[in-house]
Amino acid sequence: MTARIESNVHAIDGRAPERNPGLPFEPQLLGSRHINRSAVERRAASFGKRRSIKKDYQAAWLLKAISCIDLTTLAGDDTPGKVRRLCQKAIRPVRQDILAGLGVADLGITVGAVCVYHNLIATAVEELQGSGIPVAAVSTGFPAGQIPLALKLAQIRESVKAGAAEIDIVISRAKVLTGDWTGLYREVQAYREACGEAHVKTILATGELGTLSNVARASWVCMMAGADFIKTSTGKESVNATLPFSLVMVRAIRAYHELTGYRVGYKPAGGINRAKDALEYLILIKEELGNQWLTPHLFRFGASSLLGDIERQLEHHLTGSYSAQFRHPAS
Amino acid sequence: MSVRDIYTSMEYGPAPESAAEAQSWLQRHNATLQHLIAGEWTPPDSGEYFDTRNPASGEVLARVADGNAVDVDRAVNAAANALDGWVALGGHGRARYLYAMARHIQKNSRLFAVLESLDNGKPIRESRDIDIPLVARHFYYHAGWAQLMAAEFPGYRQIGVVGQIIPWNFPLLMLAWKVAPALAMGNTVVLKPAEFTSSTAVLFAEMCSQIGLPAGVFNLVLGDHKAGQALTVHPKVGKLAFTGSTEVGRILRKATAGTGKKLTLELGGKSPFLVFEDSDLDSVVEGLVDAIWFNQGQVCCAGSRLLVQESIADVLHEKIRKRMAKLVVGDSLDKSVDIGALIDSTQLERVTQMVELGVAEGARKWQPQCTLPDKGCYYPPTLLTEVQPSATLAQEEIFGPVLVSMSFRTPAEAVQLANNSRYGLAASVWTENINLALDIAPQIKAGSVWVNCTNVFDAAAGFGGYRESGFGREGGREGLYEYIKPLWEDQLSAAPVQTLPLMDGLGVPAGAVDHEAAPHIDRTPKLYIGGKQVRPDGGYSTAALDAAGRVIAEIPVGNRKDIRNAVEAARSAVGSASGWSGTTAHNRAQVIYYIAENLNVRGEEFVRRIMQLSGKDASAAQRELDLCIERIYTYAALSDKYDSRVHSTPFRNVTLAMKEALGVIGIVAPEEAGLLGFISAVMPAIAMGNSVVVVPSQHYALLATDFYQVLDTSDLPGGVVNIVTGNQDVLAEVLARHYDIEGLWYWGTREGSKMVEEHAAASMKRTWVNHGKFHDWENPEQGQGEVFLRKATEIKNIWIPYGE
Repeated sequence: MTARIESNVHAIDGRAPERNPGLPFEPQLLGSRHINRSAVERRAASFGKRRSIKKDYQAAWLLKAISCIDLTTLAGDDTPGKVRRLCQKAIRPVRQDILAGLGVADLGITVGAVCVYHNLIATAVEELQGSGIPVAAVSTGFPAGQIPLALKLAQIRESVKAGAAEIDIVISRAKVLTGDWTGLYREVQAYREACGEAHVKTILATGELGTLSNVARASWVCMMAGADFIKTSTGKESVNATLPFSLVMVRAIRAYHELTGYRVGYKPAGGINRAKDALEYLILIKEELGNQWLTPHLFRFGASSLLGDIERQLEHHLTGSYSAQFRHPAS
Repeated sequence: MSVRDIYTSMEYGPAPESAAEAQSWLQRHNATLQHLIAGEWTPPDSGEYFDTRNPASGEVLARVADGNAVDVDRAVNAAANALDGWVALGGHGRARYLYAMARHIQKNSRLFAVLESLDNGKPIRESRDIDIPLVARHFYYHAGWAQLMAAEFPGYRQIGVVGQIIPWNFPLLMLAWKVAPALAMGNTVVLKPAEFTSSTAVLFAEMCSQIGLPAGVFNLVLGDHKAGQALTVHPKVGKLAFTGSTEVGRILRKATAGTGKKLTLELGGKSPFLVFEDSDLDSVVEGLVDAIWFNQGQVCCAGSRLLVQESIADVLHEKIRKRMAKLVVGDSLDKSVDIGALIDSTQLERVTQMVELGVAEGARKWQPQCTLPDKGCYYPPTLLTEVQPSATLAQEEIFGPVLVSMSFRTPAEAVQLANNSRYGLAASVWTENINLALDIAPQIKAGSVWVNCTNVFDAAAGFGGYRESGFGREGGREGLYEYIKPLWEDQLSAAPVQTLPLMDGLGVPAGAVDHEAAPHIDRTPKLYIGGKQVRPDGGYSTAALDAAGRVIAEIPVGNRKDIRNAVEAARSAVGSASGWSGTTAHNRAQVIYYIAENLNVRGEEFVRRIMQLSGKDASAAQRELDLCIERIYTYAALSDKYDSRVHSTPFRNVTLAMKEALGVIGIVAPEEAGLLGFISAVMPAIAMGNSVVVVPSQHYALLATDFYQVLDTSDLPGGVVNIVTGNQDVLAEVLARHYDIEGLWYWGTREGSKMVEEHAAASMKRTWVNHGKFHDWENPEQGQGEVFLRKATEIKNIWIPYGE
């Protein structure tokens, strides 16, 4: 798995960061998380205002955004045919002539991963063979997580066995809402163990945690328990990724890095479907975490329709004419 | 850089805002900015122009008319001629024009923003996202007040011609803060922008013509201090509003002293930014960015003095340094710039020198490795740690992107250090503990206190200073009072109701005493200081005369040391949370009712004294006593009813417009008005929680000295009312010059009024003087009411965002 990611060209230094081994559970680290919602919202609203990315810069940043997309399909009507289409789009996310026009045809830009339900892992792995694109699977009773722990662990093991290199688990929201931080820590630790070599992305379902302080605490517990990524949402909550949630989570990541030296990745998911939104997220990451995080090793968008808007923007950049959806290959 | 390279480097790249439209606007004016007088573009009388430059590049943008006294006189006359028509238009008519201004500014918002950034050097993000939207908001809000003036301010009228002088740091925003309320309330305006930044004012003036604003309602005179000076002293200007340095504010205070011009001053600051250990530190850091790296730190209310709890100081400093490294300094028209150019090379030199001074005094300087543009007036963001309160930079305004940091141990010490300043414009308080936040905010001497936020403004909330940061408020209902006056002021008499004999000199002429009835026990009236009867420091007395001029007793002659002692007593009565201002309004009401009760008990004695001193007959004297008791009741009643407000500002927060006692108020009571004058002046002040040092009427001094016995029996804490008898104007000067008095009310002569206002310039204490006019104290319209309470209080706006 690691080797496959390393073969990709995304990382600035070309190498994946060392995995976060986690920390023993430290309740004090949770107690000191003071989050002021109004101030967080004010800062979150400022990224798109304080920084503006234009012309070639915008094109390059949007290509970076593509490289960080977990191209996702998580629907009841997913079929192998649908997933094969998605995988081919993942391998060639942008029309070749556009990439050539931008002078990046040889960079081999692909999306960051393909994200599917367990039943479709095998199809995706087969379709992506040799592309270097990992398959991510949602797990642990996604999206609500209301199944027994043993089944959750079994599901993870099955998915890893089926070839998933990344497992997107959902945490038990109840443990957050009842303040059972130790329980949450043990749960995530168990997931990490079950994942083995596969990377674990912990979905907090931020829209269901009630407060930003809970989002910060849950982020810390997951990182202490060894999460490789922390992720906002399943995409199925009524509120999914937002910039304020993101700010709270990336600040937790930054503090965790300052404390331990380990870099944990970040994945906002759900509701990000405009190129402009993607730029704001990238700005947030650059400003709060730095360029080291602007790599699919450490940053992903969980998105299904974002790519389409980026393709149109890239064509517009190249031609000066506004593009249309039908001009870009479907997935 | 190629797309491919950028894909690796992930740099931002340039994001220039086009200056083309703004440049072509300047070209349409032939790059020459003229006065607007009576609706006409008017060249300067002198024929002289000076250049205005883009601070980001040093390039000349335009030449600016150099206004002088002749230009100002024309403009003031134009405003005076337009006044009647503007008033006659009525609130609704004026509301339509203000509404049109708001709409027009919105429709041309980008032109205003780009021109502002070109002229001032501030980042386009700030002019686009902060300044110009606030400008539009200000006109909308005040269109509403124009509409509501008749209903909301009965008994008030416009002042007339208003002169307004504004600074260069927020050119159009300061114009809006000044012009919108003035026009809404029916005044006409002569505005002088700062010499560095005239452009957006000219664009605004052009807009006034475009919307059909009647000629002369808004006049613009460009130029430097010559024009400002002429505007300040022009006799037809009824009100002067100034925003700028404390130094210049002081000059204006002196220049207008005794003229009867209303004055508001919004001056400098060294605003504290308090960080307690339970704050959201990452948010604190962003707060600091908004506090001191907003507008290059050229903000009068910039949070320039960081006070951080010792337990978290190192952690916070490290976070600040990391954040500073991400700040982008550069051309004001680049959309990705955080810090633009300082206004002028003189300002750059000043900031540079002050930082050097700070380092010489022991501060540790930190600046990020950031690239500054080759030309233009740029200074990097700077953090100075290990700055002690005694350092120059802890006390003096730098007006640049320089943060100085100090630490504190406890909340009490935080308040002490926060208030250890001559200024009092704003403060920021960071804590996640609402108990702490709401404990600290009222204790800080500042007109705006931002809890867990900073530099937030809105038209609906008043802005203005305590102490040497000036007086008056801009914005909110409180700001409108600066542009209106009560109708009864027009009714004040030029002559006193009664002229009274006064004893000249000290001592008592031999044989002059008329002992009405023997046997007689000698009574010694004394001064009343700190709740005790004390002899005067000087050891002199003077004669008290009855209405016929006969000597009836001796009253002490207080001197400057007695005033000093009285102010100390008054200070200690309000100086702590358990003091008179800190006690509940209900408790104050009880004490004040009790004063009325005890005065009534001794009514006969006071009636006799009133008759003796005033020559009134028994029924007239009884009426005065009854009025006194009624007036005391009025203020007892008002003690707990002059409520604070919550302003409707447009984001998720509570904006408390808290009415706070000024602190210590000096009162020079009306000479001619006996007990009623004394009561009418003292009661509103103490009802609002102030302590007072009163210099009573010289003729009626015995009523004041009799009265302290009433106070003694009424549970009034010592030091709340202090009485120093003696020569009023001599003692008024001591009070006016005293630095530890927040307010001074003076009812006396024209000359005395001028003297008081002149001397008050040093401390910037709030003065209320009568310019030799006389109240009819028996008339409740003139003798009591909300005006008295407003003068006894100061409005502090406390902003409390919420949301978990």
